[in-house]
Order: sequence, then structure tokens, then C-alpha cells
Amino acid sequence: MKRLITKLYRIIIAVLILIAGVTFERTGLIKLISDPYEYPVIMGLFLQHLYIVSLSMIIATIIGVTAGIVLTRQRFRKYAGICMYIIGLGQTIPSLAVLALAMSFLGIGVKPAVFALTIYSILPIARNTLAGITAVPPELIDAGKGMGMPPMKILLDVEIPNAMEVILTGFRVALIINIGTTALAYVIGAGGLGDLIFTGISLMQTDKLLAGAIPVTLLALFADFLSEMLGLVLISKGLRHSK
Amino acid sequence: MSTLQFIINNFNEVMFLCWEHVWIVGIALLIATPIGVILGVLITKHEQFASRVLGGANILMTIPSLALFGLMLPILAIYNMGLGKVPAVIALVLYSQLPIIRNTYTAIKNVPPALVDAGRGMGMSKWKLLRELEIPLATPVIIAGLRTAAVMNIGVAAIATYIGAGGLGVYIQQGIARVYPEMILSGAILVSLLAIIVDGGMAMLEKFATPEGIRVQRKLSR
Repeated sequence: MKRLITKLYRIIIAVLILIAGVTFERTGLIKLISDPYEYPVIMGLFLQHLYIVSLSMIIATIIGVTAGIVLTRQRFRKYAGICMYIIGLGQTIPSLAVLALAMSFLGIGVKPAVFALTIYSILPIARNTLAGITAVPPELIDAGKGMGMPPMKILLDVEIPNAMEVILTGFRVALIINIGTTALAYVIGAGGLGDLIFTGISLMQTDKLLAGAIPVTLLALFADFLSEMLGLVLISKGLRHSK
Repeated sequence: MSTLQFIINNFNEVMFLCWEHVWIVGIALLIATPIGVILGVLITKHEQFASRVLGGANILMTIPSLALFGLMLPILAIYNMGLGKVPAVIALVLYSQLPIIRNTYTAIKNVPPALVDAGRGMGMSKWKLLRELEIPLATPVIIAGLRTAAVMNIGVAAIATYIGAGGLGVYIQQGIARVYPEMILSGAILVSLLAIIVDGGMAMLEKFATPEGIRVQRKLSR
């Protein structure tokens, strides 16, 4: 029974790939990509997309993790509750609204887009860093203290490794939201693959639409995979959940 | 201030767009909830599919919303429904699946086994166990999933303006196109407000849906 299901599953996937291939040929996507004049344009937009995503993610990760760590220190711990509340409120604001707000204050172009994306990506990272470090069992910290570790060493050797899994989840969520929102950043003039999607929708030109939508989807799925792989590197062996 | 003036001047249109936005999200949730809850209950009974169903829902969630609209457009265009409210509702239903299924699954998994045993000892059938014990205990967590889905869907519905679904995103879209800051601001602020209000409302509902026995238990254990 189980083997039959697996076989059926494989056949369905093969058929889906076949249908996808036929559709791409029919809609002219393959022709568009192999066009010597169109190809560099698509590639350029793809690189621009990657550039916006990586720039905003790097800034957001640095700020987010730092903010999360600072808020768990003894001196600032009393502000953690209110910060958590503000972050939660910020996360309910839709991404398009954040982009629109950034545009109405900073104008159009790449800069406001990167600004908006950075702000939007900080929220899940800071939230998860905060939650992860708060959830580290106090016995472990006590044990570290008992071994004579200074606070800095406790942070680096006990708290962060133990919180790493939760921090990485936040990073993953932020990265995926970021990739999707960057596609929207076209409307405030930042370019990226959203250019192809929006043009495709307005002109009802399926090949252009797919040339934008498929890379964005693959990029998001790849980012998901990449963060999982990152977990294998960054989470120490003793803490990994056996699957 | 001029933003407020804009909202007051166009109050009727604002109300209509708000209503349209809520309508799209509401219909999507109405369709998504039974599908998600049934799938969630089914995978607690047939454990071997759990990781596959959750993985599939996770992949759906990973697809960026704009790309999903783009991918669905050529397919739905065959039935002449590529633009408008239909693809928007379909996308929202797909996005809602992960939070609803995941929360249903974990909630039913977390029902204390002692309670299930007690129910079985009273001679409850599997169906009765599900209906009278597992579902009521899981309801607050399922509503928490609905809350996540609703807030996310309000954001996605704003993007759906670009495929002609209407809603408050219209103000953002038109405002950007016309370089009309008051319009953009009122769109952005209203969408955010809507999300925050729905979030708060669902939190109230979550509290309300907690069975009274559990509420008493929680109060005592505090």
C-alpha cells in the first residue's frame, strides 16, 4: 500500500513537470529566456533582486540580533515586554503598507525599498532572538556562572548556542518575507523581479509574467532550503533535535 | 492632518473599500477553515501523512504572494478568471492552510492522554471523543491559527489589488500611481489599522472560546 502511494506520488510529480514544460513552451517562456536581448535584462533584474534582498537582510540581521541580545541583558530586561508588544504590532502591518509608508517619506528608488525591507525584516529576527535567549534554561546559565564564566562568555558560549535554533527560525521567516516583499518593491521604483511580474500582469503577457514569478518562487524555496542547511552548520551537535 | 481630511472627504468610498477588503478575507477564511481543520484532524489520525501535509503547506506559504498570483494567472485565465476576486480568494485560502493545519495538529496532539483515556473509559466512540473532547480543548489554539491567518491575509489582500481584487490596497496602488501622498498614507494606515483591529478581535474570540473548565483550572494554577 505504502509503495503504491510512493509510486503514485512519483508519477504525479513526473506528470506535473511534463505539464509545466509544455506550458512553458506554449506560453513562449523558453523563447523569451533564450532571446539574446531579453536574457541579460532578466538576469540583471534577478541580480538586482538578490542585491536588495542581501543588503537589507545583512543590515537587518545585525540590528535584529543585537537588539534582541541587548534587550535580554539585566539592565534592559524591563523594556523587553513593551518591545515585544511593539514588535508584534509592527508585524501585523502589511508589507505593502510598509513600502508605501517608506515611499511617502523617502521618495522612490532603491534606498526607501531597502529601508522598508530592513525595518520589516528586523522584527522577526529581533523577536526570535529575544524569545530564544529568554527560553534558555536558567540552570545552564547558573552552571556557566558556577564555572566562573564572565557575562560575555556566558552570552557567547551558553546563551547564543542554545538560542540558535529559534534565532535561525526568525532569520528564515524574515528572509522569505523579504524575498516576497522585494518583488513588491517594484511599485516604489526599486526594480527587481517584480518588474517582470507587474509588466506581465498589466500587459497580460504570460511569458514575462512567468519569467518573473518562477525565479521569485524558486528563490524563496531555495532560501528556505538554505536556512535549513545553515542550521546544520550553526546549531551545535548536542542541541540538534534528532529527527 | 490632510490624511484625516482625505478620509473624511471620501468616507463612503473608504467604508466600501474596507467592506470589500473584509469580505475577501472573510470568504477566504470561511472556505479555508473547514479544509484546514479537517486536514489537521485527519493527519493526527493518520500520522504517516503528517510531515508530508505540513511540508506541502509550508511550501505553499513560502511562495511569495505576488509570484503566486503570477503563477495562477495563466492557469485561471483559461476559465476567464485570471484577474479579480477569484484568484485573490484562492491565494488567501492556500496561504491560510499552514497556520490552521499546524495549529489543529499540535492542539489535538497536546490533549492530555489521561483525558483521552478517561473518555475511552466512559465508553466514548472515536467520533464522540473527537467531537466532545479533542475539538473543544483544541478550539482556542485553532482560533489562534485563524488569527495568524487572518492578519496575514489582510496583508496579502492589499497586494491583491494589483490583480484587480479591490480592497483598501486600491488607495495604495492609486496613490503611488498618482503621487498623491494623502491617498497612500490613508491606504497604508487603514490597512494597518484593519489588521491590528482584527488581531485584537480574534484575541478576544480566542479568550472567549476557551472552555470554562480550562479557564478555571488556569486561574487556580496561577
